[in-house]
Amino acid sequence: MKTFDYAKADSPEAAVAAVGTGTKFIAGGTNLLDLMKLQIETPDKLVDISRLDLAQIEEREDGGLTIGALVPNSDLAADPRVVEHYAVLSRALLAGASGQLRNKASTGGNLLQRTRCYYFYDTAMPCNKREPGTGCSAIGGFNRILAVLGTSEQCIATHPSDMAVAMRALDATIVTLKADGDRRRISIHEFYRLPGDTPEIETVLEPGELITHVELPAPPKGNQIYRKVRDRASYAFALVSVAGVLSVEDGKIASASFAFGGLGPMPWRDAAVEAALVGKAPSDAVFEAAATALLADAKGYGSNDFKIPLARRVLIACLRDLTGAAS
Amino acid sequence: MADYKMDADHPGTAMARGVQGVLGKGLDRIEGALKVSGTATYGYEHQIDNVAYGFLITAPAAKGKVTGFDTEAARALPGVLDIIVDDPRIPRQAAAFGPAHAGNDEIDHYDQVMGVAIATSFEAARAAAKAVIVHIDAADGRFDTMADVAHASGPPKDSRLQDVAKGDIEQAMAEAAASIDQVYTTPNQVHAAMEPHASIAAWEDGTLTLWSSLQILKVARQVLAKAVGVESAQVRILSPYVGGGFGGKMLGPDAVLAAIAAQKLGRPVKIAMARQQLFHNVYRRTDTHQRLRLAADKDGRMTAIGHDSVVSQGPDGGFMEPVALGSISLYAAPVRHFTHKVVTLDMVMAGAVRAPGEAVGMLALESAIDELAEQCGRDPIDFRKLNEPEVDPMTGAPFSTRALVECLDWGAQQFGWARRASTPASVREGEWLIGMGVAAAVRINLMMDSEARVTLSPDGRARIETDMTDIGTGSYTILAQIAGEALGLPLDCVDVVLGDTDLPPAAGSGGSFGAASAGSSVALACEDIVATLAERMDATPEQMTLKDGHAIAGNRRVPLAELVGAAPLVGNGKIAQGSNAKTYSQAAHGAQFAEVAVNAITGEVRMRRMLGVFEAGRILNAKTARSQAIGGMIWGIGYALMEDAVLDQRTGQFVNHDLAEYHVPAHADVPHLDVHFIEHVDEHANPIGVKGLGELSISGAGAAVTNAIYNACGVRVRDFPMTLDKILAGLPPL
Repeated sequence: MKTFDYAKADSPEAAVAAVGTGTKFIAGGTNLLDLMKLQIETPDKLVDISRLDLAQIEEREDGGLTIGALVPNSDLAADPRVVEHYAVLSRALLAGASGQLRNKASTGGNLLQRTRCYYFYDTAMPCNKREPGTGCSAIGGFNRILAVLGTSEQCIATHPSDMAVAMRALDATIVTLKADGDRRRISIHEFYRLPGDTPEIETVLEPGELITHVELPAPPKGNQIYRKVRDRASYAFALVSVAGVLSVEDGKIASASFAFGGLGPMPWRDAAVEAALVGKAPSDAVFEAAATALLADAKGYGSNDFKIPLARRVLIACLRDLTGAAS
Repeated sequence: MADYKMDADHPGTAMARGVQGVLGKGLDRIEGALKVSGTATYGYEHQIDNVAYGFLITAPAAKGKVTGFDTEAARALPGVLDIIVDDPRIPRQAAAFGPAHAGNDEIDHYDQVMGVAIATSFEAARAAAKAVIVHIDAADGRFDTMADVAHASGPPKDSRLQDVAKGDIEQAMAEAAASIDQVYTTPNQVHAAMEPHASIAAWEDGTLTLWSSLQILKVARQVLAKAVGVESAQVRILSPYVGGGFGGKMLGPDAVLAAIAAQKLGRPVKIAMARQQLFHNVYRRTDTHQRLRLAADKDGRMTAIGHDSVVSQGPDGGFMEPVALGSISLYAAPVRHFTHKVVTLDMVMAGAVRAPGEAVGMLALESAIDELAEQCGRDPIDFRKLNEPEVDPMTGAPFSTRALVECLDWGAQQFGWARRASTPASVREGEWLIGMGVAAAVRINLMMDSEARVTLSPDGRARIETDMTDIGTGSYTILAQIAGEALGLPLDCVDVVLGDTDLPPAAGSGGSFGAASAGSSVALACEDIVATLAERMDATPEQMTLKDGHAIAGNRRVPLAELVGAAPLVGNGKIAQGSNAKTYSQAAHGAQFAEVAVNAITGEVRMRRMLGVFEAGRILNAKTARSQAIGGMIWGIGYALMEDAVLDQRTGQFVNHDLAEYHVPAHADVPHLDVHFIEHVDEHANPIGVKGLGELSISGAGAAVTNAIYNACGVRVRDFPMTLDKILAGLPPL
């Protein structure tokens, strides 16, 4: 671990004011501290936001929820309003990490987790995300857990979060405070960036911009599902995960919202999947078409090739579940 | 001194005659409260004044010459005391030490130790180690076992297994009514002990004291002395508690570098290896490539068994994974063919990991037996019973005890084997396909020379002293139970002191020989004391009863404290290997049962239940024995489903070198596990009649799982582990 300065903030305004070059915010620290020990992250300064008053979940007049950035993953998963109206989110949270980690990990921090790519974690190996311009070791290497959608020649990392996948299916909005004191609201659909030639830049956040809240719109209609496929029953990142919300009216799919984990560099959502579903009567043929739409541009890199047929099967199974269609 | 060499069965110990009733009981570990309250002081936690912290410096390449070190930036960091990269004793390998294996001018495996950074805190030492730049003239390495198989060598001369060719296997295969000729592969695997390798070294007047986490102290002492360049007598090792050994804690670079650094700095130095470093600087279990050829006649009787393996080894290692060890004597068949090839790679050396041989060999053998049984149209249990030998099929020697059939029968009854559908993929619950599998378990039985001292004090308490270790297995407790039973003492009157080379040298922990060896030495030491007590009671030992701290003979009942008198009674016990090891074919056996669910959509496997039925001689403590068995069965789940140190063929490094991505079973992966012991005291094995258990329970466990997967979904994967992608490839479309 590299030596760093430490400051404790007592308000969001003070937190963003304390930011200088090479500054990171720290809340639960469940990802950042590991990365600092390995010198993958080497901040000059940490601003501790863990004691800010941002740990509440509040209902809004429009029926949605505003979630403080410091709400622990455990609390968010167990909140009765979340359990009842946003089951996909509660299930996604409980599918991630371990009880101890969920107690420490914050809502804002979860959105900003770094990839679990083996080579990103190994400072002896080239990695464009860790050290831009050095190359991607995962291409041509072992890439079992890495992406098949949205990749570039510079990076095939996956985003590891379960929570963020559900948030994307729920059309969440991320509320921030910028270093200059301005607030802004960013749709989760605009929040993450594809790797392209700059895989080190993962979100649209500006330096020193602090996530203060996450907003969920009013509860969606229909059934919800979160299904995570992984290499062991607990404490493993998703190979493929599906967050789905779907309603059927008059025998036809009235609304559908799907996001995917384990497939792309960000929680993945593709309007083509929903376009293939909405307005159609549920059937395996329709489900197949949705899966085909999702995976049309999928590209395997060897050890992750299996994710493509796996994602297809899991999406179809989820659609059968959500629509009550028997297999 | 009560010496006994195992050239014949022991005539009978006081322990075996004992009536105290502590032996065999499922008693709590006597040190358990210390461990769960965090007050058991493990080696690295020993408190010592003025200690400095070391962190290993390693090389980010697998092959090449070291052209220099840049240590300036590291030395300038706060708290740094020294950077040691110029000592000729710096070891190259994980466990091969001494002048022939030292020197950091060349790299022969990835992440090789280059030296050590010493600082006033762990964090400062870690940062300094990272700041050292190693200049390397890199070269291409050899990392692919099968690519280099043409250059393989045969078994080392001192290997436990040599090649065997009895009869003509080609002909037997050609004439067989049913046969299997398949290749099974297993990947590199690591010990993944909870406690990392960690040591504290301190020098005083030319004598080195090492607090560490080690399994066999008398050997570690010699090796450390050689590595550092002193006499064994100048080295004392203390290893009171060990957080998991599994064959990996013999002596590591942490100990050698701590000793070198402490000597140079003139103050104690402690070094713990980081989890990532353990993957490349502790020996691994080799990858294996196993060809199984099994032949049977029309009645399902095996006519031939062939098990040919290729394994890998580093440039400096002498060990060969004895892959066919379990296959040698398990099934009757006149034609027997076992060969072994070792390929040298530019990798960290391969060495012993829990049940060398059987742990991976039985995955392949017991899968192949399942396949052959199916081809013969026989139930896999009936098939195994049909091919049960009466005597050792290799040597013709009688078995000391063998209860494989009893284990299979008991387990089948208990597990509900009769409910298993013999047609694969025929039981479904929603998305889940359900199946059952069985496999035999076998592990050779060993006993090693071992010594112990038992002192019965004037206050009536007994004290056991030996440099035996407790690597989490329960040594403290079972030794207390043995002495308590022999001397008629409740356990709270028995003290056990282990893990110190100043004490009589024990066999240590390894090869599942710990209980048999150290336990026998303690029982023999008690014989000395019992003989003296009997004399003082005017009786023979057989005429005297010892119970609740009293000696009873004739009409007298005398407190031991009174009988001992002013001077403590000291018994010294020494057990030595003897010809019984050859006269009898000695092994422990068992039967493993598994029920799994395979997801028809995703290929995910979830364990539903397991049962292990084991015969391992006398059971000394039903609770610690059960714990060991459970640990082995869980390990079997891991080998079947997830454990895989993935080698990057471009660099020779293990890509997934931490416990986030090197998966072992976590709680949710482990269902209810049942363990049952069929107890036959093995008089031929050792004076206390026990057989090795720790490694038995891993043997066959993984094959029971994969056989259950086949029964569940009809997919047979021969490339371990059976991750969901491999199963998915064989599942029908949705």
